[in-house]
Amino acid sequence: MSIKINSNRCVGCGRCIEVCPGNLIKRNIEGKAFMKHEKDCWGCTACIKECVVDAIDFFLGADIGGTGSTLSIQSKGDLNIWKVKDIQGNIQEIVINKKDANKY
Amino acid sequence: MKTRIMETDVLIVGGGTAGCFAGITLGKQEDVKVLMVEKANIKRSGCLAAGVNAINAYIIEGQTMQDYINYCKKDAEGIVREDLIQNMSERFNHVTKVLEDLGLVILKDENGKYVTRGKRNIKINGENIKPILAEAVNRQKNVDVINHVNVTDFIVKDGRIQGAYGFDVNHPIFYEFHAKAVLVATGGAAGLYRPNNPGFSRHKMWYCPFNTGAGYAMGILAGAEMTTFEMRFVALRCKDTIAPVGTIAQGVGAKQCNGQGEFYGEKYGMATSQRIYGTVTENREGRGPCYLGTKGISPEQEDALYKAYLNMSPSQTLKWLETGKGPSAYNVEIEGTEPYIVGGHSACGYWVDQKRETTISGLFAAGDVAGGCPLKYVTGAMAEGEIAAEALVDYIKKVNYSPIKEKNGEKKKKEYEDYLTRGKNLLTIEQVEESMQKIMEQYAGGKSTDYRYSENCLILAEKKILKLLETLQFLAAEDMDDLLRIYEIRERLIVCRTVIAHLLARKETRWHIFAENIDYPYKSDQWLKYVNSRLEDGELKIVFRDLVTGGQVYEHKN
Ligand SMILES: Cc1cc2nc3c(=O)[nH]c(=O)nc-3n(C[C@H](O)[C@H](O)[C@H](O)COP(=O)(O)OP(=O)(O)OC[C@H]3O[C@@H](n4cnc5c(N)ncnc54)[C@H](O)[C@@H]3O)c2cc1C
Ligand code: SF4
Ligand code: SF4
Repeated sequence: MSIKINSNRCVGCGRCIEVCPGNLIKRNIEGKAFMKHEKDCWGCTACIKECVVDAIDFFLGADIGGTGSTLSIQSKGDLNIWKVKDIQGNIQEIVINKKDANKY
Repeated sequence: MKTRIMETDVLIVGGGTAGCFAGITLGKQEDVKVLMVEKANIKRSGCLAAGVNAINAYIIEGQTMQDYINYCKKDAEGIVREDLIQNMSERFNHVTKVLEDLGLVILKDENGKYVTRGKRNIKINGENIKPILAEAVNRQKNVDVINHVNVTDFIVKDGRIQGAYGFDVNHPIFYEFHAKAVLVATGGAAGLYRPNNPGFSRHKMWYCPFNTGAGYAMGILAGAEMTTFEMRFVALRCKDTIAPVGTIAQGVGAKQCNGQGEFYGEKYGMATSQRIYGTVTENREGRGPCYLGTKGISPEQEDALYKAYLNMSPSQTLKWLETGKGPSAYNVEIEGTEPYIVGGHSACGYWVDQKRETTISGLFAAGDVAGGCPLKYVTGAMAEGEIAAEALVDYIKKVNYSPIKEKNGEKKKKEYEDYLTRGKNLLTIEQVEESMQKIMEQYAGGKSTDYRYSENCLILAEKKILKLLETLQFLAAEDMDDLLRIYEIRERLIVCRTVIAHLLARKETRWHIFAENIDYPYKSDQWLKYVNSRLEDGELKIVFRDLVTGGQVYEHKN
């Protein structure tokens, strides 16, 4: 399980580098973010929540059942919009209002 | 390396739950200078990075503090400090109110009362709990935060804390902090044992993999007394994603069942360790795999679970959606985790007095790093942060302080620089990590041995860990990032050594799974005492102490 950074989208703002609790993301010579410690990701999605250009995707490794789907998140006002995209490109969305408590 | 020397009244090491709450509390004392040093960034560092599911420790209507004390005592089979649990639980509801005022969403009923879950929980939206705490810290005028500085050692003189050393994790800067008093709040230790998913997803573990036991290690090296490291913590979690199970178990009332569809929970008891013991035993005796029986829950319940997990452990929701095996159609497979050392769940950590002062004068401990007081959870960590913060204010007023003049830091700086200048050799950081985890897994009761160990194996483990500690000096760091990884291994090895010594010392099996001693498979009243340890002249000395029970209060004697 880890993250994938799309360097075509990354604008090098550095927010993901700043926030990762494991200091796993670094900047390359082009000034863009890259995942230096791919196997050390905890899956907290903090970096994804920071990226305003939607350049980071989260995925499960095959060792824990991953089959190429990705998870991403965008925040719009009070809403967190989570997107799961499977390997064929089908998208499923789950919208959570930040003001709503968990039912469980 | 450049050197940066900083002076402050109070140094907080680790800006997680306990550290942040201490920072917020100290913000009310504008004349007290506070410096918070954090290895990552307090916005999302530590256990709370992804969010949490609920407030797990709250005194709900109809329950009392004594009920909470009794619950802890029962769960830990008596090895707790009642004085600590008492003054922690007194504050659960107050710190929750502070959190709510800071912006945490808490579910309320039509009468404005918190909606409860079970006997001790209240329902929240915990996704942004860490940014809420961090923003509150950043608003305190007298609290400065330094992110991305990793602290490795305390400065102690004549039994009193004087500050700490550390380094910038990105730039070659050596830090020397001088302080009148220090709060250590670095959390517990993960990654000592081989993780559940040892390959590509090795950090898909329950506890925060970036909490590598720095606070314990620094205390151990400085000669602080530690307690109950033999009470490891193993959690029951969802298979593969290692996501919490409480949300499913309590949320939709799913029970533990084995591969034959039998519910086995009651058979073994419902204490934390018994629930894992049951699962391990069912598997060993061929009745696995084990599940939480979710099959047949309604689409609404399933949807609520998807959302709840996105708010704290998003990989579980991804797994359900990706594999097409949602919890309404398939039961959720469960397993025990690797053993962790975490004083917020079990009772291991610094031996402290009621104010959370350690045996080193002026060094206070709060949260997962502090011992004697299990089942703290978020609110307990905050309560301890607050208790320590109040005591710190009193302490610095009393202490006769003169900053150290001589340059003590040179030796530490050279130690860092040696790693950075040493040429690369065949030994790598990754190899040492693998070796440590293999030793702990095979000889000190890892998951593959059903968490069991024998005296002979522990003695071997001890030797091998000591040997590995010696090899650290040959590791080379190409940059500051490598240096961070070297110190993360160093602290874990130091913690491993203490864990082994404690496992050896308690000659009984008080808790299944947490300390499953093959040579002494039963519990005995003779062991109703604390196993503590102190490093003296390089030797780990075991100290036994009498239990502090109802009404008694422990105080350090000099
Ligand atoms: C996945 C997960 C889910 C949980 N869910 C819940 C829940 O739903 N409800 C509940 O009540 N409790 C929950 N808990 C428990 C609770 O989150 C913890 O007990 C609590 O956060 C511990 O607080 P802490 O301050 O001790 O540690 P942390 O909050 O982890 O803080 C430790 C801090 O120290 C920093 N640090 C570590 N080493 C160094 C160093 N060498 N130098 C500088 N800084 C350092 C870390 O980066 C981190 O910021 C959960 C825990 C986990 C792991
Ligand atoms: S947050 Fe996004 S844009 Fe900014 S550096 Fe990271 S990947 Fe690039
Ligand atoms: S998901 Fe979390 S641990 Fe993984 S890279 Fe992003 S911020 Fe770091």
